[in-house]
Amino acid sequence: MAIETLPEPSIPITTPLRPRFGFLTETPIIAVATICLGLIVASAIVAPLISPHDPLLLVPAQRLKPSSAQFWLGTDAYGRDVLSRILYGGRVSLLIGLGSALISIGVGLLIGLVSGFFKWVDAVLMRIMDGLMAIPSVLLAVAVVSLSGASIATVLIAITIPEVPRVARLVRSVVLSAREEPYVEAAISVGSSLPKIMWRHLMPNTIAPLIVQGTYVCASAILTEAILSFLGAGINPETPTWGNMMAEGRVYFQLKPSLIFWPGLMLSLAILSINLIGDAARDALDPRMKKREGGK
Amino acid sequence: MLGYLLRRVLAAVPVMGVVALFVFLLLRLTPGDPAAILAGDNATPEQLERIRTSLGLNEPLYLQFVTWIGKLLHGDLGVSLISNVPVLQMISQRVEPSISIALSTMVLSIVVAVPLGVIAAWKHGTWIDRFVMGLSVLGFSVPVFVIGYVLIQLFAIDLRWLPVQGFQSISKGFWPFLQRIILPTITLSFIYVALIARMTRAAVLDVLGEDYVRTARAKGIAESGVLLRHALRNAAVPVITVIGSGFALLISGVVVTESVFNLPGIGRLTVDAVLARDYPIIQAMILLTSGIYVAVNLLIDVAYTLLDPRIRY
Repeated sequence: MAIETLPEPSIPITTPLRPRFGFLTETPIIAVATICLGLIVASAIVAPLISPHDPLLLVPAQRLKPSSAQFWLGTDAYGRDVLSRILYGGRVSLLIGLGSALISIGVGLLIGLVSGFFKWVDAVLMRIMDGLMAIPSVLLAVAVVSLSGASIATVLIAITIPEVPRVARLVRSVVLSAREEPYVEAAISVGSSLPKIMWRHLMPNTIAPLIVQGTYVCASAILTEAILSFLGAGINPETPTWGNMMAEGRVYFQLKPSLIFWPGLMLSLAILSINLIGDAARDALDPRMKKREGGK
Repeated sequence: MLGYLLRRVLAAVPVMGVVALFVFLLLRLTPGDPAAILAGDNATPEQLERIRTSLGLNEPLYLQFVTWIGKLLHGDLGVSLISNVPVLQMISQRVEPSISIALSTMVLSIVVAVPLGVIAAWKHGTWIDRFVMGLSVLGFSVPVFVIGYVLIQLFAIDLRWLPVQGFQSISKGFWPFLQRIILPTITLSFIYVALIARMTRAAVLDVLGEDYVRTARAKGIAESGVLLRHALRNAAVPVITVIGSGFALLISGVVVTESVFNLPGIGRLTVDAVLARDYPIIQAMILLTSGIYVAVNLLIDVAYTLLDPRIRY
């Protein structure tokens, strides 16, 4: 048994500001994931153009129909076209995933930069982050939604709050190691202003890990949104989302399992693709992270 | 050691303080009258007044917090707004299914995931490794409830091996109890297995590159001995850490799994409370689960010292 498992030497990130995207087609599996996600995103964007039916149109005479030329994936308990609802459902999921990734990165970056730089705020901020991380994310999100009502905005906030501490901790750890670098010391000694040190010298170090973390947040947010909808504590049940469709399908599960199967498949495919792309991005953009995180 | 233990316990206090403050402020700072939010649209003035007195909403904010914390520290988690039953009593009545599936999931996951992770690391780069890692990404990506319904369809509806849904207390016989927690346990295990297998692989892979592993091999120790005695034992710390940090994931999973399998556990209780806006129950559940999470991670920190003689305090 050869010993071929020595970790790779830490290679500095060569182009932190312009990450290369060649990794998206590096292996066949990643290429399939990229194409798969691309198709899901594209179909969600052009849903109004390609949907065969109105996703909200109730046709009581057409309840629970099987697949046919008119309804490719059949109809649900209210006679709505399942295919159209699936296409529209992707919009909410992707919107929530993207929004949550962007907001948690924005807020987490700010908290991480500040607490990595000022020791006295660090203690306070990190205790708050620890507290938020101790609350199971689904319970936290469910509590927020139950009090403030279930609009897309509140669901987005509810899902994003538990993600922020993870991003903040990541940024903080990058800042803590970067601030010891000679160029930061040099910047301090020539009297660069604090915002400039943070923005010009520290922030660029966080870009690569944040892109990777962003994909995980995106996947996790899509999952949490589906869980909220599934539990009945998510976005208004009339809005087609994959989680809502599965929640409605629960009652008719024994009668027509495909009502749960199709949205479940789309949900799984979307999350799987994003996770695979995230793993590939981690390996391509930040070899050090592979060692530090040892996985997700 | 005792000093270290004390320090760790004290460090958990601010964390729980933040959780309590969050739960407290969440209700008070939500825009609008908290009593009106909880009572819903068709509330009578009497109902609103009852909720206000029940939660002490008429007092100034700091006084509310002090009384609330005082009650918490005496084990008083409040009274349900709907049924008027003490929350603690409601939770204790429904804790059995939740604890059952959580514990069986932890056991099953560790038993499955650790060997998978070790084998993947040992056969690093081969198709076995790729298979385990693929399985792990899949476990992360397929939502708990999708797995649950696929398993119900396969094993309960098509093959008729196991009951579809429901729960039976262990006091009414072990077999009916076991039959009903098998599918929820497997469902919930997927994500936990994914997490632990991945971490085990990474940790063992790290250790396999160490000098003492080379020495052990050079001494002619059997490969199983190298893997178990040298590699796994040294990889135990990160693996146990992830079991602890994955605990929050497990609790979230319990809530969903109970809904899929219609188990009358505390997860179902929470979801029902959310739909009915029964805030005292939601708040108690958040405090309780966070408390368990903090306690589990505290225990794990202490376990390090036992597992790794290099760590001394």
